[in-house]
Amino acid sequence: MKVSASAELLRLNGITKIFPGTVALSDVSFSVNRAEIHAIVGENGAGKSTLMNIISGNLQPDKGEIYLEGKKVKIRSPRDAQNLGISIVHQELALCPHLTVAENIYIGRLPQKSRKIVDYDKLNKMSEEVLALFDEVNIKPIDKVADLNVAQQQIVEIAKAITFNCKLLILDEPTSALSEADAEVLFKIIKDLKSKGISILYISHRLREIFELADRITVLRDGRYIATLNTVETNPDQVVSLMVGREIKEMYPPKSSKIGEEIFRVENISSEKVQNVSFSLHEGEILGFAGLVGAGRTELAQTICGILPRHCGEIYLEGKRLEIKSFEDAIKNRIGYVTEDRKQFGLFLRLPVAYNVSAIYLKYDCKRLLIDRQKERGLAQEFVKKLNIKTSSYFQLVMSLSGGNQQKVMVAKWLAINPKILILDEPTRGIDVGAKAEIHNLLRELAKSGIGIILISSEMPEIIGMCDRVLVMREGRITGELSGDQITEENIMQLAAHR
Amino acid sequence: MSLPTNVTTTDNSLLKRVMGFREMTLIFIIIVISIIVSVLSPNFLTGENLITTALGLAADGILAIGMTVVLVSGGVDLSVGSVLGLAAVIAGGLYLSFGVDIWIGSLIALIICALIGLFNGYFIARIGIPPLIVTLAMMGIARGAAYVLTQGSPLSLYGNLRGFDFLGQGKILGIPFFILFFILLIIMFDFLMRKSAPFRLVYYVGSNENAAKLSGINVPKVKISVYVLMSVLAGIAGIFTLSRFSVAAPTAGTGSELNAISACVIGGASLAGGEGTVLGAILGTILVGIINNALVLLNVSVYWQNLVSGVILIAAVIIDYLTHQKRS
Repeated sequence: MKVSASAELLRLNGITKIFPGTVALSDVSFSVNRAEIHAIVGENGAGKSTLMNIISGNLQPDKGEIYLEGKKVKIRSPRDAQNLGISIVHQELALCPHLTVAENIYIGRLPQKSRKIVDYDKLNKMSEEVLALFDEVNIKPIDKVADLNVAQQQIVEIAKAITFNCKLLILDEPTSALSEADAEVLFKIIKDLKSKGISILYISHRLREIFELADRITVLRDGRYIATLNTVETNPDQVVSLMVGREIKEMYPPKSSKIGEEIFRVENISSEKVQNVSFSLHEGEILGFAGLVGAGRTELAQTICGILPRHCGEIYLEGKRLEIKSFEDAIKNRIGYVTEDRKQFGLFLRLPVAYNVSAIYLKYDCKRLLIDRQKERGLAQEFVKKLNIKTSSYFQLVMSLSGGNQQKVMVAKWLAINPKILILDEPTRGIDVGAKAEIHNLLRELAKSGIGIILISSEMPEIIGMCDRVLVMREGRITGELSGDQITEENIMQLAAHR
Repeated sequence: MSLPTNVTTTDNSLLKRVMGFREMTLIFIIIVISIIVSVLSPNFLTGENLITTALGLAADGILAIGMTVVLVSGGVDLSVGSVLGLAAVIAGGLYLSFGVDIWIGSLIALIICALIGLFNGYFIARIGIPPLIVTLAMMGIARGAAYVLTQGSPLSLYGNLRGFDFLGQGKILGIPFFILFFILLIIMFDFLMRKSAPFRLVYYVGSNENAAKLSGINVPKVKISVYVLMSVLAGIAGIFTLSRFSVAAPTAGTGSELNAISACVIGGASLAGGEGTVLGAILGTILVGIINNALVLLNVSVYWQNLVSGVILIAAVIIDYLTHQKRS
């Protein structure tokens, strides 16, 4: 593609970054145009984060130059980056929850009357002007950030970023915690920002949204630059094959050909956020729960498992009524719940892989007072192999594993107690394409082996590709059931959307 | 992918299995300091001095054992020094004022300590008040109770103690029973913390409370147990102190909670929870103990002791910070 010199905002030239033991980036060169939405894709470990950290001043490259508006620049700190008009919104939001929206937007540069007294009138007015750009979301300057939902908090981050006379906005996995509806709002905002002349570097695993948004797509693989493609001239298959370096024909394993007897049934369950839900699950089947974020799917799962209090309703496993008063009761009946938030709720990040894998086993299946180290290591060994967890040893801290491998450790923790029913809440959120496919294959294997699999996912392709049957939820109720050819995006959205 | 089979060897040698980097470093430092001090002062490496020093450490050491468990669970217990003093005062007071047998008095004291731990644990784990606040309050309550019960003056034990004085003053093969008991506790709790399933739960809870909950661990139960254990250990230390000095002093154990916490931190425990070993905490206690002992032997004013302890603590934390940074 021909790009005139003036259209170019940022140019990277031969960026190389070496960490002890690995080359994170090797001779990466490409450019970003003005008012362009430029997506960066690649598997985890491809070097996306390192590259973003270099552009936003968190890391210094070992080799290579950065040109901004044709001038060579050195970005030594995030402050430098901001002064140059480069802002980043990280995947994990970094707001002060107890402060107001306005205080967060202008944190560190609050307008002052005199003598260090904050001019709140001016602050709120300035914030109101910025927030006016995001009229789709109703946020006031004096709202407390803790009271906002994730989507709104993200908008606050973006508002904060663009107040630094922003020319280039880097968004790192911005939709990983958003529902489809919230994501649509975000996309509109991103397009608005583009029309105001701001360039966006957009990092995401979700190809669908990249194809909806991006003008160009740059693919990284193993720290190397692979290609920059014009979105209109390419397709997801091509991008995926560039990312993984091989053709992926089948993204999802084949669906179940044999649905067996009913193994699990829930009748008229209600709790604070769940209204009168009933469903059943059959052997060999993967049952999906679709819906917008906040539809009550997580709450339903947690109510079934006894994590949240149940007001009424009954649960049957293999025809037998279960008395579930606490999560412990559910686990004793071999019902497992893999949480959506692996860092906060799922893993012991500062403990080794082996300790994580054995966490539930030790309490529920280890009858003796003393831990059998051989057995514990054997357990870790078994699942590291079975789930293809990439770790240097069983005593490596889980913290240092990649997202996909952390996710596998979380599943392994449950498989260690031979569950009969496994409920997985967003099991592939924020992990790379390769690990995703592995988890999908694993789930299918587990279903085949007789474990009842319930899959909660906000990713439409995942629900459509994986599930034999889909229940759609809205406002705590099941609004419809889809199976076979009925499982389409349109049908699901019809049932999921507010009206 | 299958793992290379040799990765497990990192965990295989006996030394490494028992001792981490931190413990090895502390032992090395303790040995170096011992050599230096024994050159400077011939009195250091004598049996008598070592036994006296160890006896001086034992009470704080017992607190450090319990504090390790508390810190690993992600909490902290500031009331242990006061509970130590209160246990001594209750046992001594029941014996002196009401003629209760001293052994039975001690048992009652330990039961009261367990209730104090239950109270701490309940408010921390079930109500959700920060451990710092709950145990700070309990520190005042227990110490205050000790003063009220004694009206501020120490009670001297006399009369028929039925062998009670053996706990703190008796010797087996020339070694004080208190020290032998202390060593037994160390071995027992170090073993339990490394190898037993219930104590492993403490590591899970301290490492990530939310994840522990969503792994089916009864987090409040674990936490309450931890505080009960801590208070009972503090009570035991109080009973031994009473026996050792034959005096129930309301001031006993003042400041011991901070000594115990710093020993644990020097030994590698993290105030953020999930990390720490009993062996490390004991080595931390010993390090501070022998340095203080050296200051005495070298005729340095005792006023230097607190200052030096503080410096060791800061040094340990800084070294820890630097090594952690290097590793990550």
